[in-house]
Amino acid sequence: MGAWPNLSNIIFALILTAGVGYFTYNMRRLIAAIKKGRPIAAVGDKKERWRNVLYIALGQSKLVKRPVSGLMHVLVYIGFIIINIEVLEIVIDGLLGTHRVFQSIGPLYGVLIGTFEVLAVLVFLAVVVFWLRRNVLLIKRFLSPEMKGWPKTDANLILYFEMVLMGLFLMMNATDLSFQQMNQGNWISGMIYPLVQNWSPEQLHMIERICWWAHIIGILGFLNYLYFSKHLHILLAFPNVYYGRVTPAGQFENLDSVTEQVKLMMDPTADPYAAPPEGSVPEKFGASDVTDLTQVQLLNAMTCTECGRCTSECPANQTGKLLSPRKIMMDTRDRLMALPEEGSDKQLLDDYITREELWACTTCNACVEACPVSSDPVSIIMSMRQYLVMEQSAAPSELNVTMNNIENNAAPWPFNQQDRANWINE
Amino acid sequence: MEQSLNVPTMAECQASGKMPEVLFWVGCAGSFDDRAKKITKAFAKLLQSSGVSFAVLGAEEGCTGDPAKRSGNEFLFQMQAMMNIEVLNGYGVGQIVTTCPHCFNTLKNEYPGLGGNYQVMHHTQFLKQLLDSGRLKVSGGSFRGKKITYHDPCYLGRANGEYEAPRALLSALESELIEMKRCKSRGLCCGAGGAQMFKEPEKGHKDINIERSEEAIETGSSYVATGCPFCNTMMTDGVTAKGAESKVAVMDVAELIAKAADL
Repeated sequence: MGAWPNLSNIIFALILTAGVGYFTYNMRRLIAAIKKGRPIAAVGDKKERWRNVLYIALGQSKLVKRPVSGLMHVLVYIGFIIINIEVLEIVIDGLLGTHRVFQSIGPLYGVLIGTFEVLAVLVFLAVVVFWLRRNVLLIKRFLSPEMKGWPKTDANLILYFEMVLMGLFLMMNATDLSFQQMNQGNWISGMIYPLVQNWSPEQLHMIERICWWAHIIGILGFLNYLYFSKHLHILLAFPNVYYGRVTPAGQFENLDSVTEQVKLMMDPTADPYAAPPEGSVPEKFGASDVTDLTQVQLLNAMTCTECGRCTSECPANQTGKLLSPRKIMMDTRDRLMALPEEGSDKQLLDDYITREELWACTTCNACVEACPVSSDPVSIIMSMRQYLVMEQSAAPSELNVTMNNIENNAAPWPFNQQDRANWINE
Repeated sequence: MEQSLNVPTMAECQASGKMPEVLFWVGCAGSFDDRAKKITKAFAKLLQSSGVSFAVLGAEEGCTGDPAKRSGNEFLFQMQAMMNIEVLNGYGVGQIVTTCPHCFNTLKNEYPGLGGNYQVMHHTQFLKQLLDSGRLKVSGGSFRGKKITYHDPCYLGRANGEYEAPRALLSALESELIEMKRCKSRGLCCGAGGAQMFKEPEKGHKDINIERSEEAIETGSSYVATGCPFCNTMMTDGVTAKGAESKVAVMDVAELIAKAADL
């Protein structure tokens, strides 16, 4: 080991700084994008929200409702997090020029690395199964129209990333001569070592170094890939679940802006000719674009994992309608991300989400129930319906008839309100 | 014409100075739809036979605004809500029971924010309570040993987490409850929610109620029990479209109990 810092320590520090720096920059962009949404009032029920984070986000309780994919996901998730403790050692080694700095903690080190190695194999295998599910088994929810192109590539890239990272980790250990000779914790790499033990120590050292560098650069690359990928959910799932609904799923928000107007209409003492205060802009009802949605709705869209559990539970989608709750979330996210380039040339309504999709929803909440990260596609659909009806009077004609009936005789059908109790004597 | 049920209105109760323990919110389907009226009557008879003092609003009741809200017409919803709240608060109503999960959800969840605070129950919850307290006697009657499948209304189940009360009532009928593959929190919608009841469905390869009715028929049950007048319509139409109406009857939980008791 040369004097510290040598060239490789400096290069390592530069790569680390660049990796973390670019990631931070993109996270700030992400937060700025979400803040383009309407602010939300302070949320209560903090206890229940933290409980949800614990069970739904950390414990993945909704994910394991589908046991096969759910349990494998838990494995990859736990494995990936635990194995990444190793990153801490790599960073210290890289910056200080040490080699396996944690080895000094004694026999526990072997147990730790051994556990990491076993998890790495399990993660690798689970990821292979995930790849097969997406590319060979042709599971229906991965074949929807919205999954063509980048979403499919993105999903596979994530899997390749994980396979390569796990492979590099095991290969790095297998070619680490001193680690193999110590013979503690090389539970898996010890099985690979016989394949390479005839190579010269120099060759082994070179491969070990290549794997070590590729592994840490790969991890930094993966970190920076998140912003451009549905894999962002590994970070956003936590705030998203925190802000997920804690009220009954059937309780749709009452629009305060409407309440003010309705109260005014029903107040006999209100001045019907009163002019609005100088400079006040009338509030827009509902959403035609992402900036009309709330920050929570936008966070929902950015968190979407594209797993398609929502769509596979959706009664409209199952019976061949155009509506796919996953597409609603993906469209919202894509429009939000494209906002700086597209500006007002496009909007969420019509350019991304069609009216046919919006009107196909039965508000049954199956998608909300299915979402493993507590997103709410129905709320976005409702906001957009509100815009269609209250700003554009563009409801389907049968619904206009229904609403006229409600307005005129307090029932969706043309019956007289005076006859409501007729059943008693029929 | 059957014998009159002798159900008082709140106005009559107020005039006689005897306020009932609970208001029966009948809902639009329960008031006007011929099929749903039978559910209304069955439930009213069960209340009477259990000795519950209740009344209805009659001509003072108006649509809760649920279809308007789910259509996106928040104005119309809040207008309806505020008019209803004015009437309800005027009578000092404390407890409401309704046979419609849509009314139930709206009254329970969306009215409090507009000044309407009541203890709202779905009729299956109320009947379950009567059963538990011994006021309602449920026996199998003609349903003993019969296969019954239960269709979860979205606005009772997923929307408000009530899966057990209707099932407890059905098991009190000593029937054999057979679950559909998609049930409880994963139950498939009948296709009527979100104001779909009042419009043609969007283009697709199948109607939702057909998909759900096929699933119900596949259980081999003689009865499809529901707890919602709209689900009832959709499932009845679906079963009829599949030509299974002679083998499978679609009935509300309240109707089954009333029929078992020969009410």
